[in-house]
This record gives sequence, C-alpha cells and structure tokens, in this order.
Amino acid sequence: MSATTSAPAWVRRPAQQNWVVRLFDWKPFLIVICLAPAIGLLMTFLTYPLGLGIWLAFTDTTIGRSGVWVGLENFEYLLEDPLWWNAVFYSVFYTGIATFGKFALGLWLALLLNNHLPFKSFLRAVILLPWIVPTVLSAIAFWWLYDPQFSIFSYLFVDVLGWRTTNIDFIGSAWPARFSLIGANIWRGIPFVAISLLAGLQTISPSLYEAALLDGSTGWQRFRYITFPMLLPILAIVMTFSIIFTFTDFQLVYAITRGGPVNSTHLLATLAFQRGIPGGQLGEGAAIAVSMIPFLVFATLFSYFALARRKWQQGEAND
Amino acid sequence: MATVSIREARKSFGTFEVLHGVSVEIEDAEFVVLVGPSGCGKSTLLRMLAGLENITAGEIAIGGRVVNNVAPKDRDIAMVFQNYALYPHMTVRDNMGFSMKLAGAPREIMEAEVQKAAAILGLGELLHRYPRQLSGGQRQRVAMGRAIVRHPQVFLFDEPLSNLDAKLRVQMRSEIKELHQRLQVTTVYVTHDQIEAMTMADKIVVMNHGNIEQAGPPLELYDRPANLFVAGFIGSPAMNLIKGAPGQGGFMTEGGALLPLPASANGSAGIYGIRPEHMRLAPGDGIPATVQLVEPTGSETQVTVRIGDTPLACAFRERVAARPGDEIRIMPDTGLVHLFDAGTGQRVN
Repeated sequence: MSATTSAPAWVRRPAQQNWVVRLFDWKPFLIVICLAPAIGLLMTFLTYPLGLGIWLAFTDTTIGRSGVWVGLENFEYLLEDPLWWNAVFYSVFYTGIATFGKFALGLWLALLLNNHLPFKSFLRAVILLPWIVPTVLSAIAFWWLYDPQFSIFSYLFVDVLGWRTTNIDFIGSAWPARFSLIGANIWRGIPFVAISLLAGLQTISPSLYEAALLDGSTGWQRFRYITFPMLLPILAIVMTFSIIFTFTDFQLVYAITRGGPVNSTHLLATLAFQRGIPGGQLGEGAAIAVSMIPFLVFATLFSYFALARRKWQQGEAND
Repeated sequence: MATVSIREARKSFGTFEVLHGVSVEIEDAEFVVLVGPSGCGKSTLLRMLAGLENITAGEIAIGGRVVNNVAPKDRDIAMVFQNYALYPHMTVRDNMGFSMKLAGAPREIMEAEVQKAAAILGLGELLHRYPRQLSGGQRQRVAMGRAIVRHPQVFLFDEPLSNLDAKLRVQMRSEIKELHQRLQVTTVYVTHDQIEAMTMADKIVVMNHGNIEQAGPPLELYDRPANLFVAGFIGSPAMNLIKGAPGQGGFMTEGGALLPLPASANGSAGIYGIRPEHMRLAPGDGIPATVQLVEPTGSETQVTVRIGDTPLACAFRERVAARPGDEIRIMPDTGLVHLFDAGTGQRVN
C-alpha cells in the first residue's frame, strides 16, 4: 500500500485546444478541405476539357481564329458528310466484331487458365503482356506485321510454305485493312478480358462444381448452368468497359493506317482528330467527337440495365 | 438403399499419406458418423466415397459394386456440403430439381418430386426464393431437399451443421435424424462434434491421424472406449485420465492420491480413467478432496477438485453448496473405471 500512495498523483486534465484543432474538428470546414483536391482535379482535367469540347462543337472555330456560335450547323453538315457516316459505320463494326472476338477468346483463355496448369502464375503474367506494352509500340509492331513488302505473314505463306504466290495485302485496300485493324485490337484487348474474367471465375466456389458433378452434369452443362450465369455480372461490367474503350479507340488506327486507305478505316475518334488538328477545323472536329456521346451512353445503359444486376444477387428482400 | 464397404482404403496427396488403410462396413439403412479432430482424414474419406477424390489404394463398394473407377454421378449418392453449395443463381425449386433437369426428366415429374421433398422439409412456401433470401437453417434444408429429390442409395453429409448457431444446430440435428428414420437411406455423416455423433449415429467411427481408433454403437464407445484417444474424445465433459500405477489398496496417482480399483484390474494399468459423471459424493467414507472450482449448470454441478496434487473433474446430479477451498469427500464408481496401458494407450480392463 505504501508504495502506491507514495507515487505522485496524476490527474487527467481536459486538453486545451487551440484554434487549429478546433477548426479541424469543425465539420463544414472538413468537408470543404477534403473534397477540394478531388473536385479541383476533376474540374481541371475532366469538366473543363469536356465542356470546352462541347462548346467548340457549336462554333466555327478554326486554328488561329476564335469562332462564333453557329448552333447546330456543324452537326447538320456532318449528317450530309459521307466520311462521317463512313466513320460511324466503321466505329460500330470495329466495336462489334472486336468485342465479340475479345470476349470469345478472352473467356476461352480465362477458362483454360482457371484449370490447374503447370507454371500457372507465369502463364498468367505472360497473358498480360499485350496489355502492358504501350499501344503505340504494339501498333508499330502490327504495322510491320501488316507491311505490304516485309510482312512476316507474307514471308511465311509465300516463301516458307509456298501456299501463295503474291504478298498478302493487309492494309492496302479497304476491307482487308478494316479486318487487320480489328485483329490488332482483339490481340490487344484479350488480356484485359481474360484477366478480369479469370478473377470472376475464381470467385465461383469449387463446391458448386462438385455439387453439380454429383448432380450428374457434363462439362458443357457445368459451363452452361453454373459458370456462365455466375460470370454474367462481371461479364457485363467488363463488356461495358471494353465497348467504351474500343469505340473510342484512336491509337491503334492512327498509328497503323491513319484512317486510310482512302479514309476507309476512320473511327470517329481518328476522324475528329484529323478534322480538328491537322485539318484545322476545331469546331467540326469537336462536333465529331461530341457525336460519339449518344453511342456511348446507349452502350453503357444497355449493359447496365440489360446485364448488370441479377435478381439472385440482391440481398435479403422477400421479392 | 445399399450397403457400403470400405476396404483398406488409402489416400495420399503426393508423398503424404492421409489415410492409412481404413476399413468400415456399413449396413443397409445404417446411420454412420465419422468423427474425429480436424485433419484426421474423415472428410477425405467421405469425398473418396462421393468420388470427388480418387482412391490411392484399397476398395470402396456401394451396394456390392466396387466404385473405385465409377464417376461421381454414376455412384447413386447425394451429398450435403458444409457450405451447402446451393446454386446462388437458381431458385429453391431449380436448385432441388437441377439433377432431374440434367437427367432430362419431364417437367411434371420434376415438379412433383420437388413438391414432395419440399413438403417433407417444410419448404413449400420458399420454392420461388433464391438462396440469398433464406436463413441458414432454410439453406440447410434446401441442400437436403436437393439430396432427397435424387432418391440416392447413400446420403453423405459433410459437417452440415457447423455453419449454424448452437440452437439451430440442435434442432437440425433431430430433423436429420427424423429424416433418416423416415427415409431409411444409408447415411454417412462427417462431424468433429462428438455430441452430434453420439446423438445421431447408429454406429460411430472415431478417426485420428488417418486411422480408425474404434468403431461401434455410441453407447459402446462411451461405456468401453478401446483406447485413450476414444476415452478422451467421446463424452462431455471429458473423462479424467490420471497417470499413476496400481499399488497396495488401489491406484496410486503421480500426484499421490489413492483411488479404488475395480475387480477386473490387473497390474499393467498406467492410466486411470473415470468420467466426471461417475464420481459421486460420499460424505462418510469418501476420499478427501479440495474444491477448486464450482460450475453449476442447473441440471448438474460440475466441480473441479484436487486430491493431493491430482486435479479431478466431477459432475454431480445434486446441488453442491461447496465453495473453493472447502473439503468434500468423493468416491469414483469402481464399476465404471477405465484402465489403460500407459505405453500403448490400449484398454486393459
């Protein structure tokens, strides 16, 4: 007892708070100071450029001359422009075929990688490579692969295998060029799809497959009734992203064909750039860019409402 | 309905052997519980029976047919998983009817079977719900319904109650037992809970380290445990196992207490086993013991005492007013004493 009483008495005093501490405890101030960086960045790098783009679309600005408000004139002009219609067609075609290809091959790859394979993590890392390489670099590689004279495919089929007598015309005429670009886009898009779907596959409990095995399912039935429906939610999200990225693609096309031959491979993004920067018609270029928005909004809404939330995912609600 | 024979079954993962030649004979309509601590190989054995793991060596026969190389779906078994493994994107109806749908059964027959199983399990109102909208006990029932619909020869349960709370577990325990009595299907049930094993089983198989320690009816395991492991595993609170040696006038414990030996005792006993509930208060001629801890549960009073330096758990039917530090006199029921060899751990009386 004597030991405890001889210890110096210590009483907790309420801490004296200075005005800085009190300020940081004040909620309105905290809200403002915490939101400011995010809002500032978004305003500077997202809202301002987007707003400027939309504003430009309604003016006749060219490089070197600030334009005046012309209302819908740019858009009226676009509706009569065969090049714009051409770009709309190819953007939709490019997005449609490339998305189908990416998802077919990506899902197949994800299913393969979901099995027990030797060197599994190594293979998964390798799969990511096309996605890690900067787009322009892979575009240049494809440019070489598709070169009329030095293409390795032509070399293989003509000189090695002897199946053809002439070099393959990859990007020299309209339709082959369109499909060649889609091929390059699929190659580049597969990793994103495969890795995302692989992550989705790994969330499916193995005991579901075991239960299905005991229920008498074949491999195809397990895919059809378990894997696919359980993968649908993530598939919808990945597909939404993929459609947006593909529809707004610029780099691959601009690096390989620059929209040629004879404007046959222009996407809306490359056409907008072509008109706006090299062509100098900033207003018209901006109008082309703005014309992508309805397509993207539609694609997003479609994925969101048609595919995203399934009833079985929702919580405890009794219907 | 079928018998199940497991003969010298072995299982290795790589070079590591987890089952060292296990043999069990299960009769038609019998309810067998495989019980043991985590990692004893009981779930592996069940999965081998289901066909989810292959059999490294030995033989498993269901209904007289060796199934070593028979695919799971052709073994005519149904399994209830620990996490239920319900298909989250299917309604209760579709979950229960899935196996029939795969087999191409007509819609009306499927619906009739599902309705029948739902009626047995009281799931009639829930057929249109998704698993996420069900409680744990309801999910458990759907998992059983999925098994019932298939009319299998053998039901397999892999720790089906371990995800439920204590009260629900007791309720589902009796539901499963009633279901078995009603359907009379051979059942193999895996659990680590010896109470579940005792209450449900026709036959308990106690496993440890990939071997069978003892197999038999629950009360036989309780009354005559074959070795130290079974003695310590079966029964709650656990049996007192006290080291010592038989001497003049009884069993001399290492702690210096003298306990009475049964008539069947012989000289080789090194461990003295007595269940807490087989100790009784003996105010006159009992052994003096110091009370350490008193735990009343209402129906009985669990008292931990010390005889010399030897701690001893007792459970008395009567209320005990003693407090820690008090001295009471107690006596083991000599007819219910279990003696084990200290080296081999085998029973010697």
